[in-house]
Amino acid sequence: MRLFSIFISAFLVNNFVLSRFLGICSFLGVSKKTETAKGMGLAVVFVMFLASFMTFVVYNLILVPLHVTFLSTLAFVLVIAALVQFVEMVIKKTQPSLYKALGIFLPLISTNCAVLGMALINQQEKYTLVESLVNALGASFGYMLAIVLLSGLRERMEANDNMPLAFKGLPISLITAGLMSIAFLGFSGLKLGGI
Amino acid sequence: MSTFSERIRNGVITENPIFVQVLAMCPTLAVTSSVVDAAGMGMASTVVLIGSNVIISLIRKLVPDKIRIPAYITVIATFVTLIQFLLQGFVPSLYKSLGIFIPLIVVNCVILGRAESFAGKNKVFPSLFDAIGMGLGFTIALVVLGSIRELLGAGSILGFKVFGNSFEPAIMMVLAPGAFITLGILMALLNQRSINKTNKVNFKIAHFHEIDPVTGECTGCGSCAHTCKK
Repeated sequence: MRLFSIFISAFLVNNFVLSRFLGICSFLGVSKKTETAKGMGLAVVFVMFLASFMTFVVYNLILVPLHVTFLSTLAFVLVIAALVQFVEMVIKKTQPSLYKALGIFLPLISTNCAVLGMALINQQEKYTLVESLVNALGASFGYMLAIVLLSGLRERMEANDNMPLAFKGLPISLITAGLMSIAFLGFSGLKLGGI
Repeated sequence: MSTFSERIRNGVITENPIFVQVLAMCPTLAVTSSVVDAAGMGMASTVVLIGSNVIISLIRKLVPDKIRIPAYITVIATFVTLIQFLLQGFVPSLYKSLGIFIPLIVVNCVILGRAESFAGKNKVFPSLFDAIGMGLGFTIALVVLGSIRELLGAGSILGFKVFGNSFEPAIMMVLAPGAFITLGILMALLNQRSINKTNKVNFKIAHFHEIDPVTGECTGCGSCAHTCKK
């Protein structure tokens, strides 16, 4: 039950993008077309899952035993950047079709605050390995939900010829994201046992 | 002296990190729910920016090109860790309200971007002035956003109630949606000003995260060392 609460909390109640403001740059930037948004969402799911595993391992098996937990920020950033590089190389060689779908988004994710933010949250909340992975899945699916929704809205707004010139692009996307955020505020009433 | 004032003017007005370059959207939205948080984040980022710009400028000739980015990230992360503990010790209330966005200063595009595009290629004093300018511009932009949100959302500035007791604040302004909407409207106003002045939209606002056909540069996190994709 606790795992389910963690998942729902990261997915809806404290949606990573619309409530916690993590991953905004890529959220606003890659949401022009639904196809690319889906690709970006899947890439984020992939990276977050692996990154939560790696950062958990690094924190609990290296930093804690050596009493250097104050290095966690530095360690996490380097681990995540290295992981993304490595994953990109592996996918390019072994699964070219997968690389076509996700590969181009991987560099955009490595210095993204979403992945680092999730690693820090896992550390702060002192989640176990399974809880961290579930949190990562919830957060990344929440990101994917938000970006696909926004891209659908933006695609329709592109067809609008009457939009004032000053609002085209970032301003109207921000306002739309704000309206989506109001909708997601409604989830804060979700009460689940265990959290 | 002229470099100093030129760099300051550049950072605050000509190339303001938030209003002109449209970088660092994450902390901008997250910490501007009150003026105190906004100013605190701005100053913390400025300190990290100054420290990292100076050190990177000092070591710029010693770092091999291939490991440039990890080296810069290491320097920045060191300063962020220092700031983290200083804030935790001296201003615990600010530390609590800024939360995870203090360690997230590491991936702040402004800092890595300035390290890459300025400090890595210039001497120490211009880099120092550039850091002060950019940090000041960033802080001012955050405080402007924070004042609007705090004024409308809580009827106060810096904790002091400005309107009388009968003022019903729009609480939404200090919550998540308020951030998006305020920033969206501000960006639209800036874009309109750009249209009125130069008859063209501000490219970085109208085409966030795309490639500028004129300069070939990326918008968004373009000054970070990652390739931009359309």
